[in-house]
Amino acid sequence: MSLTEYFELLFTDYTLRTITLGTAVLGAICGMLGSFAVLRKQSLLGDAISHAALPGIALAFLITGAKDTNILLLGALVSGLIGTFWIKGMVSKTHLKSDTALGLVLSLFFGFGMLLLTFIQKQPNANQAGLDKYLFGQAATLVEDDVRLMLIVTGISLCILLLFWKEFKILLFDADYTKTLGFNTKFIDVLITFFIVLAIVLGLQTVGVVLMSAMLLAPAAAARQWTNRLSMMILLAAIFGILSGVLGTAISASQNNLSTGPVIVLVATVFVVFSFIFSPGRGLFFREIRFRNNRKDLQLKKTLQFMYGIAKTHDNISHPHAIRILNNFQGFTKKSLQQMEDKEWITINGQQWALTSKGFNEAMNLYNKTHD
Amino acid sequence: MKTPLAVQVDDLTVAYNYKPVLWDIDLAVPEGVLMAIVGPNGAGKSTLIKAILGIIKPIAGSISIYDKPYEEQRKLVAYVPQKGSVDWDFPTTALDVVMMGTYGSLGWIKRPGQKEKKAALEALEKVGMLSFKNRQISQLSGGQQQRVFLARALVQNAAIYFMDEPFQGVDATTEIAIINILKELRKAGKTLIVVHHDLQTVPEYFDWVTFLNVKKIATGPVKEIFNDDNLTKTYGINYKVAINK
Repeated sequence: MSLTEYFELLFTDYTLRTITLGTAVLGAICGMLGSFAVLRKQSLLGDAISHAALPGIALAFLITGAKDTNILLLGALVSGLIGTFWIKGMVSKTHLKSDTALGLVLSLFFGFGMLLLTFIQKQPNANQAGLDKYLFGQAATLVEDDVRLMLIVTGISLCILLLFWKEFKILLFDADYTKTLGFNTKFIDVLITFFIVLAIVLGLQTVGVVLMSAMLLAPAAAARQWTNRLSMMILLAAIFGILSGVLGTAISASQNNLSTGPVIVLVATVFVVFSFIFSPGRGLFFREIRFRNNRKDLQLKKTLQFMYGIAKTHDNISHPHAIRILNNFQGFTKKSLQQMEDKEWITINGQQWALTSKGFNEAMNLYNKTHD
Repeated sequence: MKTPLAVQVDDLTVAYNYKPVLWDIDLAVPEGVLMAIVGPNGAGKSTLIKAILGIIKPIAGSISIYDKPYEEQRKLVAYVPQKGSVDWDFPTTALDVVMMGTYGSLGWIKRPGQKEKKAALEALEKVGMLSFKNRQISQLSGGQQQRVFLARALVQNAAIYFMDEPFQGVDATTEIAIINILKELRKAGKTLIVVHHDLQTVPEYFDWVTFLNVKKIATGPVKEIFNDDNLTKTYGINYKVAINK
C-alpha cells in the first residue's frame, strides 16, 4: 500500500480510521501536556512514569485474569502515580537529587514489571499472550472504545488547562512567588502531574512503555523552537503531536511490517531535528547566518571607520581619495567597497572613493550608540 | 504616638535537616522603614525572608504582619525573589511577567483584564521598562530582568515589600534607578525589607538595618547601630580595619 492509497483508504477503512484518529488524539494530548513537563525541566519524569506503569499492567492482569484494556490501563495509572509521588517524596525528603530518584524508581518499577511479565508468561493461562505488547505498543489493537476514552481525557485536560491557565503559567515560571500570592502550589502541581501521568498511561497501548517519553517530549521540544509564547508553544506542540501520530501511522501502514509506535516516535524526532536547525529565532541554521552577516557587517564598518579617519581631516568630507591608500588596511575587497556603495556610504569613481554625508554620519555614530 | 509594627517575628527557628539556618530570631520592623538585612554568606538572610513569607516552613516561631498572622495579611505583602531563582528562557514577555503581580488579587481561575493590564503597564513605566513590554524575557539584560521583577512587585500595590538582593549583578544606572524607587516607596509610607550585600552603601541607601548571622546580632536605625562593633560581631572580623589594610 502506498501513502496515497493509505490516505484514500483513511476515509473508507474503519480500522485504519480508528487507529489514525487514536494516534492523532494521543499526539495532541501528549504534545499539550508534554510542554509542561519540558518547561518544568522534568523531561525525564515522563520516562520514569511510563516505566513505572508496567508493574501496574501486570498486576492488574494477575488480579483480574482478564485482558481488558481499561482495567490494565487503570492498573498502569495507579502504579504510575505511585511511582511519580514516590519520586517527588524522595526529592523533598532526602538529599537525593531528582535524577537519582528518577533513575531509582524507573529501574525498580521496570525491573519489577519485567519480573511479573515473565512470571505471567510461565502461567498456563492462554489469555496471557500479548501482554508484552505494552513494552513497545501496538497501535493495531486500538478499537473505537479506546479512542473514545482518549478523546474524553483529552477534552477534560483541555478544559482544566484553560480553566487553570493562569495558575499553571505562574507555577511553571516562579513557584516560590506563586506561593506568596496565596495559591496552593501543591494542588496545582498535583493537577499538572496527574494529567501528565494520565496522558502517558493512555499512550502505553499505542507507543509502549519504553518509547512513551519521546512522545511526550519531542513535540514540546520542537514547538519551543518556533515561539516565545506559552500558548503558542502548547498549540504548536499539540499540532506536531497530531502530525507525528498521523504521519507515523500512515508510514507504518503503508510499509507492511513496521510497528507503529517507533515510527511515530521517529517522525516526532524528525520534527525536533528540523526545528532545532531551521526555526528562525533559535535554529542553528539561521543563527549561523546571522553570525556570519554580523561579522561581514562589522568588517564593512571597520573599513568605514578607517575612511572616516581620513575624510574628517578634510574640509569637504566628500573629497575623493585613491582606493590605493586603503591598501595598508586589511579587510576590504572590491566586493566590500561595492557593498558600501550600495549602502550609500561611499561613492566610487574609477580608482577613487569619496565618503557621502550618510556614510560620514554612520561612521560618526558608530561608537556613540549606547546599549539599552 | 508609637509607629505600628509592620512585621513582627518571634522565636523563629529554621533548619534544613539538622543544622539550624536561623536560630531563635526575634525581629520587630516598624512601619515605614527602608531596612537592609546584612550578614555573611550562609547567614540565613534569604531564608529569613522566605520563612516570613511562608515559602519555607520554620521549625518554630510565629510571624505577624500588622498584628495579624501572615496568612490573613498576604495581600499587604509583595515579594521580589532573587533574579537567579527562575528560568529566564521561559516563553513569555516582560509585560506578562509583570501581570503575574495581579494574580494574587484576582484569585483562582479569574483572568486578568484591562484593569490589570493598565496597572502592569504603569509599573513597567515606573521602572523605565515600558518600551520593552513585548520583549521576550530571555532577551533582557540582567538589570532589565531585575527591573521587571521590581515592577511585578509594584503591581501588587502592597504595604510591605520583601526583596532578595535586588542589586545583585546590576549596573550603576539600574542600581540608582532601583534605589530611587525604593526611597519613593518609603516616602509613600511603605515598609521595605531588603537583603543587601554591599556594606559600603548601607548608610546611604537605608535608614534601618538588621545584622544577621544565624542569630540576630542587632536591629535598629542605621545611625545608631551601623558601627564597627556590630559589623565585627556579624562578620567575625574587624571589618573597617580589614578593608583599610
